[in-house]
Amino acid sequence: MFDFLQGYDVLGAFWTTVQLTLWSAIGSLLWGTALAAMRVSPVPVMRGFGTWYVNVVRNIPLTVIIIFTSLGLFQTLGVSLGAGTFTVINFRLAVLGLIAYTSAFVCEALRSGINTVPLGQVEAARALGLGFTQVLGLIVLPQAFRSVVGPLANVLIALTKNTTVAAAIGVPEAALLMREMIENEAQLILISAVFAAGFLVLTLPTGLFLGWVSRKAAVRR
Amino acid sequence: MEPTSGAAVSEQTFTPGTSSRALVELRHVDKHFGPLHVLRDVSLTVDRGEVVVVIGPSGGGKSTLCRAINRLEVIDSGEIAIDGRPLPAEGRELARLRADVGMVFQSFNLFAHKTVLQNVTLGQIKVRRKGRKAAEERARGLLDRVGVGTQADKYPAQLSGGQQQRVAIARALAMDPKIMLFDEPTSALDPEMINEVLEVMRQLARDGMTMVVVTHEMGFARSAANHVVFMADGRIVEETTPDEFFTAPRTDRARDFLSKILHH
Repeated sequence: MFDFLQGYDVLGAFWTTVQLTLWSAIGSLLWGTALAAMRVSPVPVMRGFGTWYVNVVRNIPLTVIIIFTSLGLFQTLGVSLGAGTFTVINFRLAVLGLIAYTSAFVCEALRSGINTVPLGQVEAARALGLGFTQVLGLIVLPQAFRSVVGPLANVLIALTKNTTVAAAIGVPEAALLMREMIENEAQLILISAVFAAGFLVLTLPTGLFLGWVSRKAAVRR
Repeated sequence: MEPTSGAAVSEQTFTPGTSSRALVELRHVDKHFGPLHVLRDVSLTVDRGEVVVVIGPSGGGKSTLCRAINRLEVIDSGEIAIDGRPLPAEGRELARLRADVGMVFQSFNLFAHKTVLQNVTLGQIKVRRKGRKAAEERARGLLDRVGVGTQADKYPAQLSGGQQQRVAIARALAMDPKIMLFDEPTSALDPEMINEVLEVMRQLARDGMTMVVVTHEMGFARSAANHVVFMADGRIVEETTPDEFFTAPRTDRARDFLSKILHH
């Protein structure tokens, strides 16, 4: 029944999906945190940039961003991100595009978490003589992160599925392989089912695990 | 306004020969919250080693006054100087100054994601740049002193209100402050926990700490204050010794206030 799988590296394709997800998750967590810090900073220019970035980027379709990384950044501007072969260049461009896009959502999730931290926590920290970055890094963000594990899990699940857009610039991940198999094989429903199941295997445990983390990490007040 | 309680401060540890006895000076301070005029031309001097208790009706500007001293509230006009230096604008200078001014809040404001011990070591390590070992040793000493030494590894939410407030006092003391500000430290506490906090504060006063205490605890004002400041409608209405204030208040406003709280 699953003979059609022979000759295709389904696991390899999903491994690429996992790698896309992991690198993009790490990158967008860092960049999204920086953006959130900008959005609450006392410097007007930084606040302005953070707000502008989030509102522009989250409203552009991911497909447009991913295709821009290839056509705009690589083919027009010659940005190859230090890679030599097309496969590696496209992989890195896709990660870059996914980070740019996902970080806008991480920023907004985190900002809602920052709003759950009582003002008294900030006042107490400032009264001890901590500076802005210390107050943010030691008191506000640690509590904000703990309260947004759930929303961030949603972002991570969306990101996992969004990696399929990287197929648009030829990154050999799951969706690209699926398209190739649909062209060559007859079992259309089964092929879709196999890939759908593959994504469930990735995202379901992620959601369950982070749900547990979310309960564990919650700050008791 | 110069303090009139020279006799009352004499028992405190106070170094003669320093150029100025005044540790905190407010001159003609004004502050609005929108249309609300919360501080009206407030002038006040707190000397080294002195305990000043600020009392008065709610909404009279007591908390704002207390919070203005370490610039948690920014004043509209006037001057505030600590140890002879005017309060700097937001930035590194202000942070340095705040490290020397301990603050205890009505709602404790212990860092909810850190243990009791971490709450007390944080400022020492991150602001005073002490090593972890020295900071923990000092923290445990202070926690013992305020009577919560056995709670060091718990989180704030696991402690009673009175215990949390005593940890908050230890957290402020860990910075070796020149002065301690108390903004209604017992107002959020269950009645049976008020005394354990007041007792710690009395001990501090006996040890010669300079303190500004906003409170509704008249017993504390009577027993621990060198100086009582009565505030109403944003003004300092009366400023005198506790004995005088409680036995022979000079203004109608103060008499009215005392009659409402003392006889029931």
